[in-house]
Amino acid sequence: MKPFAFERATRPEAAASLVADSTEAVYLAGGTNLVDLMKLGVTEPALLVDITGLPYDRIEHRADGGVLIGALVPGSELSGDRGIRERFPALAEALLAGASGQLRNRASTGGNLLQRTRCVYFQDVTKPCNKRSPGTGCSAIQGSHRDLAVIGTSDACVATNPSDMAVALAALDAVVHLRRVDGSSRAVPLADFYLLPGDTPHRETVLQPGDLITGVELPPPPPGATHYRKVRDRWSYAFAVVSLAAVAATDGGGALREIRLALGGVAPKPWRAYKAEQLLAGQRPTEDALRTAALAEFASARPLPQNAFKIGLAVDLITATVRDLVAGEGR
Amino acid sequence: MTTLERTVGAEVTRIEGHDKVTGTALYAYEYPVPDALYGVAVQSTIARGRVRSVDAGAALALPGVVAVLDSGSDGVPRLHPTDDPELSVLQSADVAYRGQIVAAVVADTYETACQAAAALRVTYEEEAYEVELRDGDPHIFVPDTVNAGYPGRTEKGDVDTALATAPVTIDATYTTPPEHTSAMEPHATIAVWDGDTLTLYNGDQGPWMTAGAIAALFGLPEGAVRVVADHVGGGFGSKAVPRPPTVLAALAARAVGRPVKVAVTRQQMFTMVSYRTPTVQRIRLGAERDGRLTAISHNALQQSSRLTPYCEQTVTATRMMYAAPHRRTIHRLSQLDVPTPSWMRAPGEAPGMFALESAMDELAYALDMDPIELRVANEPSVDPESGNAFSSRNLVACLREGAARFGWAGRDPRPGSRREGRWLVGTGVAAGNYPAITWPASATARAEPDGSFTVRIAAVDIGTGARTALTQVAADELGVALDRVTLEIGRSVYGSAPFAGGSMGTSSWGWAVSKGCRALAKRLDEVGGQVPPGGLEAHADTTEDVRARKDLARHAFGAQFAEVRVDADTGQVRVDRMLGMFAAGRIINARTARSQLRGGMCMGLSTALYENLELDPNFGDFANHDLASYHVAAHADVRDVEAHWIEEEDDQLSPIGAKGVGELGIVGAAAAIANAVHHATGVRVRDLPITLERVRTGLRR
Repeated sequence: MKPFAFERATRPEAAASLVADSTEAVYLAGGTNLVDLMKLGVTEPALLVDITGLPYDRIEHRADGGVLIGALVPGSELSGDRGIRERFPALAEALLAGASGQLRNRASTGGNLLQRTRCVYFQDVTKPCNKRSPGTGCSAIQGSHRDLAVIGTSDACVATNPSDMAVALAALDAVVHLRRVDGSSRAVPLADFYLLPGDTPHRETVLQPGDLITGVELPPPPPGATHYRKVRDRWSYAFAVVSLAAVAATDGGGALREIRLALGGVAPKPWRAYKAEQLLAGQRPTEDALRTAALAEFASARPLPQNAFKIGLAVDLITATVRDLVAGEGR
Repeated sequence: MTTLERTVGAEVTRIEGHDKVTGTALYAYEYPVPDALYGVAVQSTIARGRVRSVDAGAALALPGVVAVLDSGSDGVPRLHPTDDPELSVLQSADVAYRGQIVAAVVADTYETACQAAAALRVTYEEEAYEVELRDGDPHIFVPDTVNAGYPGRTEKGDVDTALATAPVTIDATYTTPPEHTSAMEPHATIAVWDGDTLTLYNGDQGPWMTAGAIAALFGLPEGAVRVVADHVGGGFGSKAVPRPPTVLAALAARAVGRPVKVAVTRQQMFTMVSYRTPTVQRIRLGAERDGRLTAISHNALQQSSRLTPYCEQTVTATRMMYAAPHRRTIHRLSQLDVPTPSWMRAPGEAPGMFALESAMDELAYALDMDPIELRVANEPSVDPESGNAFSSRNLVACLREGAARFGWAGRDPRPGSRREGRWLVGTGVAAGNYPAITWPASATARAEPDGSFTVRIAAVDIGTGARTALTQVAADELGVALDRVTLEIGRSVYGSAPFAGGSMGTSSWGWAVSKGCRALAKRLDEVGGQVPPGGLEAHADTTEDVRARKDLARHAFGAQFAEVRVDADTGQVRVDRMLGMFAAGRIINARTARSQLRGGMCMGLSTALYENLELDPNFGDFANHDLASYHVAAHADVRDVEAHWIEEEDDQLSPIGAKGVGELGIVGAAAAIANAVHHATGVRVRDLPITLERVRTGLRR
């Protein structure tokens, strides 16, 4: 590990100015991903600015049913919050499906949004990776890519975003709150927060240097039922092969009046299946309709030999999860 | 002496358990050694070629860096060649695989050493390389002998004719991937030279044998190297012989004239300390309609590095499992530009029995016969190849008793016949075996005037419970309570003893402990039970005793049962329960033996569903090299795992009567799960691991 300086910020202004003064400074919250990457030499910051003392550690439930989650709220607290469990169960399910109890105790909400891909090449500094070292090439496309993305990828990068939480947030239309270096604030819908890799896979979000995530806002809960279902290779402590956060509500006639589908494990970002949602809106969620819509979502997919199975798996997962949600709606 | 209850067979808790859970038990890296420096290995980034240059400028400029070593450095000792070329660390600029040690940094802190290692600039002359195991490659050969001295090929009768004329045949190819031991304690060494003697604090399964191997390497007399391995955090074969990092520590300490500590990182383990070879196994079975086998053919292709033709004994279990007049078993080896594979829990039997026991299940379906009855119908009366009698063979008892406990009776064999909501449920069975091996060992037993006893043997407890079991053996022979006996193990200076491997520890070490304690008891009797002020001592060596044993087939057996459920939506597999029924001779400690057997079964579950080193054909190493990407079974994957055994007395083993349980538990477990997945879904997965995409290819939707 490269030696680094460490500063503890107690006020947002101080944190911002420390980071703004250095091109190699990064914020440190739980450190559950950042410190690993530093040990591996993937990230070599000159300065760590510890932001855990900043006042972004609360969950504020609002009268309209919405909620503002502080960026420093750890996953364990968020997943255990009664209001979250009652009104946003898919978020609690997603959090509990990720990492381990110990990691959830440390890992923050803002940090979770910014965790890096677990592509094995990104984490191995002896091999080319466009995301880690722009222009060096992608080792995964010709190499080990079974766990990587099938849609939204480019010739430069096929990495996935590993977060479970962000998938649930995508389905819940979350908004990310930022504090800019100049002290101004900005709200970015989660749907616009992440960038697709294109030719610049090292750029992953819309964050500008010095931007600090202060919180995540959830609008009032959607109608109907929500569920997060994660398909993984073992039953705990594994990233999603494919995961789905789904929201579904039907009208009196059995047609879908609300349908939201967000997928994990298939794309460089939490993937809102807008095309499938459009096809399903107002339709009866029959097996055929669900399959057709889900398949249509993947019309632009670019699967690789080892991960082509993810498309069929995602289609099955969407079909089964919406089927179960609608069947359970009346209960 | 007073008459005491014998402790052998009892559920004695681990003697060092308290030390371990309170953190006072010292592992290799934790020994307080003054003035120690830190060594960090630099690994090759090419698969084949030569190191052209090592630019140490930036590394040496860092404060605290003491030395940068490569094969051209003056201070690097010239080592004597041994039969393990992996140990010739920094002796040549040649690179045989990606991940081989090409240089090392020694510094005053671990962090500085890591930073300097990252700053080292190594250039190479790269050569074309071949890293993919491909059947049909012209360089593939049949070795004369394979690991542990078994023949590379055996043949009896006329297999081809028998297969051509058999009314029912199976011809299937099974593959297993490379796997890694991933012991909890990564390999670590502290090397301390004092003149021409060397002390190694080493994560080690065989302190005495390691001491000999390192002494030979450095051209030192026997006894000049002392190995200390008081506590070892797992090994599964990867610590049974010294690996390159241990040599690096010794060599670096010699070069810099100070003690050097080397800790292998988790990531480094995947190329530095061996792995289990991948296998491609073709099995052909011919049977009469009543299920009796007429022909068995098992052909296994495996890999090794260019350095050494290590060939695992994958087909040896097939040589003795079932009766059949016509039989052929062949190992084939492909030497590639890859790291050297070596021993991992039940090398040979674990992958080999996955293939054979999957094929037996396929045959049972082809015959419309219960898979247990099929195995019983092919029970041999003597070892089918050697004609030797079995010292004891209780496979049938394991199958019958296991079936009764598992609830096998009444099973509907039709695949896909049990559905619970979205889950497809199935059960499977497989047989297991592991040879009962005993090697010579030596031990010293000592009585003190205060009534206490000390027994010293260069055994090692890698988490198995060996220290506790040997204490029980000693206490029983001496006729005293457990708390009066101290077993001192883990040190090469205690004399010749085999490693903790081959499931032979309890039998081999136990025999020497027992013999030493008997000799001491006799001497005590001679002096009227009065221990003289200087104490009394007796030494035992079992070399002649082991040699004098009859020529018999000695094996432990097992029957593995599994119940799985498969998510019909996704193909995910969940193992609801496993039950193992074993025949392993006398069980010395029921608690630690059960733990060993269940641990083996869990590792078998892990093999069946998860473990998979992904060879990276573009680089020649394994793409996944940490525990986030190399999956082993975690808590949530393991539900109900039971291990039981039948009472088995076998007086043709050793006075201890134990067959060993370290490896038996993993053998057959993967096949039982694969067979259960087939029963649940109708999908026959012949390639491990049983990933959800492999299951999904056959699921009807």
